[in-house]
Amino acid sequence: MDSPNIYGKEEQKWTIDAKSSLLNLKLNEVWAYRDLLVLLVRRDFVSFYKQTILGPLWFFIQPLFTTIIFTFIFGNLAGISTDGLPKPLFYMAGITAWNYFADCLTKTSSVFRDNAGIFGKVYFPRLIMPLSIVVSNLVRFGVQMLLFLILMAYYYFTGASFNISWAISLFPVIVLLMALLGLGAGMIISAMTTKYRDLAFLIGFGVQLLMYATTVIYPLSEAIKKYPTYAWIIKYNPMTPIIETFRYGFLGEGSFSWFSLAYAMIVTLILLIVGTIIFNKVERNFVDTV
Amino acid sequence: MSDIAIKVENLSKAYQLGQIGTGTISRDLERWYARIRGKEDPFLRIGESNDQNTKSASDIVWSLKDINFEIEQGDAVGIIGRNGAGKSTLLKILSKVTAPTTGKISGKGRIASLLEVGTGFHPELSGRENIFLNGAILGMRKKEIQRKLDEIVDFAGIERYLDTPVKRYSSGMYVRLAFAVAAHLESEILIVDEVLAVGDAEFQKKCLGKMGEVSKGQGRTVLFVSHNMGAVKQLCNSGIVLKNGLVSYKSDNISEVINKYLTTDDRELSNSLNIDGKKYKNQYFIPLMINTKKTSYSLKEEVEISILGEVLEPNSSLQIGFSLYDADGNNLLWSFHTDTITQNSFPKGKIKLTTSITPYLLNEGKYYISLGVAIFNQFWIIDPDNNNDRIYFEINGGFDFSNFWTEKRPGILAKKFNWKLEK
Repeated sequence: MDSPNIYGKEEQKWTIDAKSSLLNLKLNEVWAYRDLLVLLVRRDFVSFYKQTILGPLWFFIQPLFTTIIFTFIFGNLAGISTDGLPKPLFYMAGITAWNYFADCLTKTSSVFRDNAGIFGKVYFPRLIMPLSIVVSNLVRFGVQMLLFLILMAYYYFTGASFNISWAISLFPVIVLLMALLGLGAGMIISAMTTKYRDLAFLIGFGVQLLMYATTVIYPLSEAIKKYPTYAWIIKYNPMTPIIETFRYGFLGEGSFSWFSLAYAMIVTLILLIVGTIIFNKVERNFVDTV
Repeated sequence: MSDIAIKVENLSKAYQLGQIGTGTISRDLERWYARIRGKEDPFLRIGESNDQNTKSASDIVWSLKDINFEIEQGDAVGIIGRNGAGKSTLLKILSKVTAPTTGKISGKGRIASLLEVGTGFHPELSGRENIFLNGAILGMRKKEIQRKLDEIVDFAGIERYLDTPVKRYSSGMYVRLAFAVAAHLESEILIVDEVLAVGDAEFQKKCLGKMGEVSKGQGRTVLFVSHNMGAVKQLCNSGIVLKNGLVSYKSDNISEVINKYLTTDDRELSNSLNIDGKKYKNQYFIPLMINTKKTSYSLKEEVEISILGEVLEPNSSLQIGFSLYDADGNNLLWSFHTDTITQNSFPKGKIKLTTSITPYLLNEGKYYISLGVAIFNQFWIIDPDNNNDRIYFEINGGFDFSNFWTEKRPGILAKKFNWKLEK
């Protein structure tokens, strides 16, 4: 089967050491395993709708129903302003973006526990797993974006008042920011949950609470108007500028500022770096404590 | 070819016993504080070996302690030792699943480790999809798998099922497929834990053949852990015996290593074994002791075996007995008290059962018996295949009832049959 002279190839030398350098993120290894990343994403996507009747349609159902419920409860019952935008459009913009971030965060935060079986038996750069989560969710996000665009088209042709602004060109940046923010925060939590399970409980409802501290169901302008003293919590939540920019780009309404977007970028970067370092540190021994 | 493939230096691995999670924050802070002052870690101080039977003050246990060895390229090395000797820990560190506490390993060449078959298989995906996924998890590139796909499918013998989800596979097919993927990985070093225990005898043979081909034919380095001494002997040319986290013996002659392992372990030499019966949690029976009169018998002596235990609750389905194995770990027979004792159930309290293996039955060699206790047809209280409460004995003295052949004859049995001349 193999060529008998397998030693003819250049051999990689390796060492396994008790101590590792914190900043060696082994990104070259991650690159070497890029095929695995693709296959894991494929696995997630394919196994999601195997043996279902509606198949990939399930990707639509959750945001659609959430939008309907939000429109009724927050829009009509509570009467929260939507900056003059059609209510379903306003909510779906928030939900689509928020879901992507929230999925990245919660799935990444349980990555060690969910994959303890595989991690305990075979080595591959562990970073592949959270990366595959972020990319798999991107597929899902893409499908949901399609739904959002369909809704936009519907309102456009029925003559509702919204207009796409130049900020739509920031869309790739926003997606990247959401992915990395979820990844960074998720990795920090994942590393801590291997030893202290408490955080796993926190994350479940924490993400839900965080949604209310983000401008998903209300515009930032409204929050500042009603609670001028507490609005800073919402303002300094890094997801707020991301969602505001998203809305501003696609619907033309929202509090966009370069300053707050830069702020979100810095927070994302810090969380990402800290997260990767902690993740790499925990990865080495988590099998013993999980 | 005398290059060093793997070099292990002062390798140690500590594990924490007991609960992890409660009170660990204060402990983590304490360790961290000691570290920043440049002091020794207060929880790793006590250097004792890993004897699982003795209680110790510290709840840190050294699963491996200062291990040193080198493995040459192209060697097939058997790593043997009792359960808990540190074999699996060593393999885990070598496969980079967990990091060592101190020390280092250096080497060259890609490592493929097979600590479990079918890691990462997804039940919903088809055989083909799983081949790619599993191969990628093991470190293969996609085009590499593509190139070997036919070979893998052929080895596993699942061509008809290639596009069926693996959840519909029989367990045998599943294992075959999983092993096939791993066996076709192009690596310079192959690490195999006891994964061959699964699958039928024919497939085990095929796997061993494949591994032999890998080590002998292609000059790859193989590390093999198994309790099956027959397989180790067949596959490996050198061996390492681990005991309580230390290398207790090491040689380039595998037969010598196996012999040493089977004879020198102090616990295995003794003909009497006190059992910590409480570990077998059940409401019916607690074993206390198993013994034979001696450790060495001649062919014409009977091997007397006694089992001491305490009946907690009378049960007419209770079966107490043992399983007899040869040195290669082949199960020769099972024997239970119900074979000849017809009393319905034992009363509460201590009991002693004795029996003996008839003379002129077992050939020269080493054997062990392992306790087996069950509630008949329901469950094992002590599974003879899966416990360490064993005693070892040996039979020697040749085939003394024949004038023509006084030396050891081939075979496991040395039974004398009656021959008659009819014409």
